[in-house]
Amino acid sequence: MQNLDFSVVLNALPYLAQGMLFTLQVTAVAMIGGIIFGTLLALARLSQLVWLRSLAGAYVNLMRSIPLILAIFWIFFLVPEIVAWLLGSPEPVQVGTTKTAFIAFTIFEAAYFCEVIRAGIQSVAKGQSAAGQAVGFTYVQNMRYVILPQAFRAMIPVLLTQVIILFQDTSLLYVISATDFLGAASKVAQRDSRLVEFYTFVAIVYFVICFTLSKVVRRYQSRLNRSSANA
Amino acid sequence: MIKIENISKHYGPFQVLKNCSTEVKKGEVVVVCGPSGSGKSTLIKCVNALEPIQSGSISVDGTSVTDGKINLPRLRSRVGMVFQHFELFPHMSITENLAIAQVKVLKRSREEAMCKAQGLLKRVGLQAHAHKHPGQLSGGQQQRVAIARALAMDPICMLFDEPTSALDPEMVNEVLDVMVELAEEGMTMMCVTHEMGFARKVANRVIFMDQGEIIEDRNSQEFFDSPESDRAQQFLSKILTH
Amino acid sequence: MSFNFDVYLQQSPEPGMTYIGLLGSGLAWTVALALSAWIIALVMGTLVGVARTLPYPWLVRLGNGYVELFRNIPLLVQLFLFYFVLPELLPTDLGDWIKSFGAPWGPFFTAMIVLGLFTSGRISEQVRAGINSLAKGQRAAALAMGMTLTQAYRYVLLPMAGRRIIPPLTSEFMTIFKNSSVALTIGVIELTAQAQQMNEFTFRTYEAFGAATLIYVLVALTVNRLMAMIERASYIPGTATQER
Repeated sequence: MQNLDFSVVLNALPYLAQGMLFTLQVTAVAMIGGIIFGTLLALARLSQLVWLRSLAGAYVNLMRSIPLILAIFWIFFLVPEIVAWLLGSPEPVQVGTTKTAFIAFTIFEAAYFCEVIRAGIQSVAKGQSAAGQAVGFTYVQNMRYVILPQAFRAMIPVLLTQVIILFQDTSLLYVISATDFLGAASKVAQRDSRLVEFYTFVAIVYFVICFTLSKVVRRYQSRLNRSSANA
Repeated sequence: MIKIENISKHYGPFQVLKNCSTEVKKGEVVVVCGPSGSGKSTLIKCVNALEPIQSGSISVDGTSVTDGKINLPRLRSRVGMVFQHFELFPHMSITENLAIAQVKVLKRSREEAMCKAQGLLKRVGLQAHAHKHPGQLSGGQQQRVAIARALAMDPICMLFDEPTSALDPEMVNEVLDVMVELAEEGMTMMCVTHEMGFARKVANRVIFMDQGEIIEDRNSQEFFDSPESDRAQQFLSKILTH
Repeated sequence: MSFNFDVYLQQSPEPGMTYIGLLGSGLAWTVALALSAWIIALVMGTLVGVARTLPYPWLVRLGNGYVELFRNIPLLVQLFLFYFVLPELLPTDLGDWIKSFGAPWGPFFTAMIVLGLFTSGRISEQVRAGINSLAKGQRAAALAMGMTLTQAYRYVLLPMAGRRIIPPLTSEFMTIFKNSSVALTIGVIELTAQAQQMNEFTFRTYEAFGAATLIYVLVALTVNRLMAMIERASYIPGTATQER
């Protein structure tokens, strides 16, 4: 046991808080973007149009086959190129770490959200869709008023669990030296040669946040089970 | 053979069994009946300690079940049990279902176990299906295999927990026939069931339970001819008018 | 955006190795890491999963605590904890012995243990769910015949639960395979790391990352095919139609 000095952590708190802010921003953006994009992907995978189904299926399977780290590398390389191509510029356009991180995590996690949502939609009884059609709803109306509300209500615990996973995944921004919570802690830790104190702190913070959130999700889930049992 | 003395059981705040006492002598066939929630299934599961009790004592053939120090697996191997949902082991063929406990618990040789298994399957009329898995058989066939599985252990008594309740009506009789045969051969049986025809035919005694208590415990003839309690009368009238 | 296959056959800075050779070596490290961690994960996961279904409340709580610990801390943070923090917290001799393992084995074994334990928490969830999904009657029936608890688990509960969890186990293996890339942060030159290095030396990003992507996709397809075969081989007749 070397001499541990946790006061260095206290001193660095403002900087760490900035890192945590970035982590939370990426989580929030990827959550909203991922669920929206994921819903579209799910609908595409369930559609009658074969080309749409195949395209969405290929995208989802690709994203789910590769490691997140590789996806991060790819997207950090591709985004400047694509923006350059869109803007007609000869050189890759620097977009900045923040926006690229938003894009990377949205694109990647959408594939995972898609599978959750797809399962949720399929779990809504077929009779519901038929009932909606019988009343005269179009496909969009059916989805909007009948299927999706029921699907989402059932899926919220699983979606929230996926968000917790997403929150943990953002720590991988470390590989591009971003200043998320882990990245910030890592930079200060190396500067001050206090790896033990900082990494322990990071682990504890992550544990407390994730453990609390998952307990909340579980309580929500049991309330959901009880109310649906009475329905 | 089976002695149940003043047993009580709670599930949390809810009392499932209230001070129940009864006895099943060797060779007797006792039917336990009553409305749902009366505790009759729980009572029978206490006999081979699948359910623990909070007070009272139970003994089988002189061996106490409730004493903490006894070898429960050994005791259970001598008491046969047949479940409402058959509970055959789906990943084994039915012959294997009959053989496995003989080999692993009674330490019989594999040849002996297989031989006995085949004999029993023949006895319940299913030797043609010996190589099949439970999932390939009908409910009535599965339950007959379950009875054979219990018999393979050469039990000193048999416990039945609503053996026909999960069966389609046309399969109930094939199972009851096997049980009647067993009774006529002198097996000590304690049977939770709604099948009053069966009870009338082979039961020596009938125990009527309601809300965790034993209300009546009498000779079966007397019970059916003139039940003493109102609750028993109500119950019988509901069942027998089917 | 020109794709040039020749770059794979170019000589890399590594003596005697072409780039395709480097990628191959990266793949070898990835496979070694994933497989060895998988074994740890299966063994520990089954033990903890079974423990969580036994009738001993203290054991269940211990098992639950184990799962919560590994599930609420990001894998990368766990890796850093093991690699940087743990050797410092142990008694000096033990800590120094651990630190004496140089690259590549030090990082490899650390990554293997962390990945294995992390995944074991997830696998224990599958095992526990699999055992609990069996009707309670199966356990009762096994015990009623006089089997001890051990025999009941060995001959009845685990064989059935094992078959039920083959699909989730497939995805767990894919996850471990992908998660192995995290080891690059402590210096294991696995597949993703090799792709990045190749990119840095040749600037041919599409070829470098593309090769790695293709390999991961092929592995995913192979694993899925393999697991489908295992599922078919372990099929129990009558299961599809059996209603409960």
